[in-house]
Amino acid sequence: MSTPTCDIKLTVNGEPVAQIVEARKSLVDFLREDLSLTGSHVGCEHGFCGACTVRVDGVIVRGCLTLAVQCDGTHVETIEGVSDAGEITDLQAAFEQRNALQCGFCTPGMLLTAQELLGNGKVPSREQIREHLSGNYCRCTGYQAIVDAVEAVAQARAGAKR
Amino acid sequence: MKPAPFAYAKARSLDEAIALLGKHGDGARLLAGGQSLLATLNMRLSAPTLLVDINGISGLDRIARKDKHIEIGAMVRHAQAERAREIAEYAPLIALALPHIAHPAIRNRGTIGGSLAFADPAAELPACVLALGGELEISGAKGKRTVKVDDFFKGLFETALGPQDVLAAIRIPEATAQSRVGFAEFARRRGDYALVGLAASARADGKGLADVRLAYFGVGQTPLRAKKAEAAIANGKLDAAIAALDDDLDPQDDIQSEATVKKHLAGVLLKRVAQQLSEKRA
Repeated sequence: MSTPTCDIKLTVNGEPVAQIVEARKSLVDFLREDLSLTGSHVGCEHGFCGACTVRVDGVIVRGCLTLAVQCDGTHVETIEGVSDAGEITDLQAAFEQRNALQCGFCTPGMLLTAQELLGNGKVPSREQIREHLSGNYCRCTGYQAIVDAVEAVAQARAGAKR
Repeated sequence: MKPAPFAYAKARSLDEAIALLGKHGDGARLLAGGQSLLATLNMRLSAPTLLVDINGISGLDRIARKDKHIEIGAMVRHAQAERAREIAEYAPLIALALPHIAHPAIRNRGTIGGSLAFADPAAELPACVLALGGELEISGAKGKRTVKVDDFFKGLFETALGPQDVLAAIRIPEATAQSRVGFAEFARRRGDYALVGLAASARADGKGLADVRLAYFGVGQTPLRAKKAEAAIANGKLDAAIAALDDDLDPQDDIQSEATVKKHLAGVLLKRVAQQLSEKRA
């Protein structure tokens, strides 16, 4: 059976992209295979693990449950773009300092998800942090260090604003 | 896994979506938020030949108050509803349920209409709309029609939606000062589908409750009302209501738990939700 394709135009990490994609291609496969942005990871491919988390038009989505063709006309941001822009430098440093990663497979998704929680400028409780990160699986750390890192950054950012 | 190949069409209007469904027949599926559909396609549980994307149809993502009802457009995202003041104020049961649905990244894309149309028997929103006595506005080849929620869920993943129908909106009666709602569920992990859940609504009537509607999910092929228990709760008899669940519900063993466990948990949930129903709205 032939595989239908579509033309799409979007921006990825601020750069315009025009490409022909298979209609069935997921956003995360498009980013990894067509644009070589391999920071977003492919884990379960059915929405459970959160390793493929990216931003579309400013909000986090599952890269495996969004089709590339649906992102025509949108702004997509990946860990590469968000990292290079310096938006989460403090969060990345906190993850490193507290050993909030080991193999690193979940880390890009974990960082983007945590950054969305911290985006409202409030200091969430540990329970709220756990709730917000509940859709991102980590098989190495046991989560304590991740919650510690997110909490520390929330407090530091709130302190810096005062 | 990757989905089997399919073609993609972005509908710009309800009429266009309906026409595409008509032209392509059984092979076409509507794509709303995609948070259940794309997972099932990735697992190759189904293989449609065409996805009709309804994300580009304007006007389906509104929340509006109309004739003492709150109307939620089918393409309203879970996250959008979570932030909406109208939902918190006039549909407090939906507001209670939303945080239990999956995870933030999924709620950013998943839609209220998609949840209703997919009709997973363990999902929160179908049970909420059943508990609230809502109605569903459906557009089809022969025009618009409205279906009451009591007639909407037909079987496992089966609804009153025909092959050429598009769910356009969900309408629920606006909550008043007398409205009472309750929601609780048991899930193995935060964000999972429930083992058993209960969404409930009632109207404060003197010191008691009237118009009690208890909608269980995760205990059958569709969300289910526990009508004998409803009557007992309206009579202020909690123990009798819990005993009545034996008649009302007939859960089957599933991959997550045994029927006896589900039955027990249904009673525990009723205790918790009855307490919520007895409390005045904040």
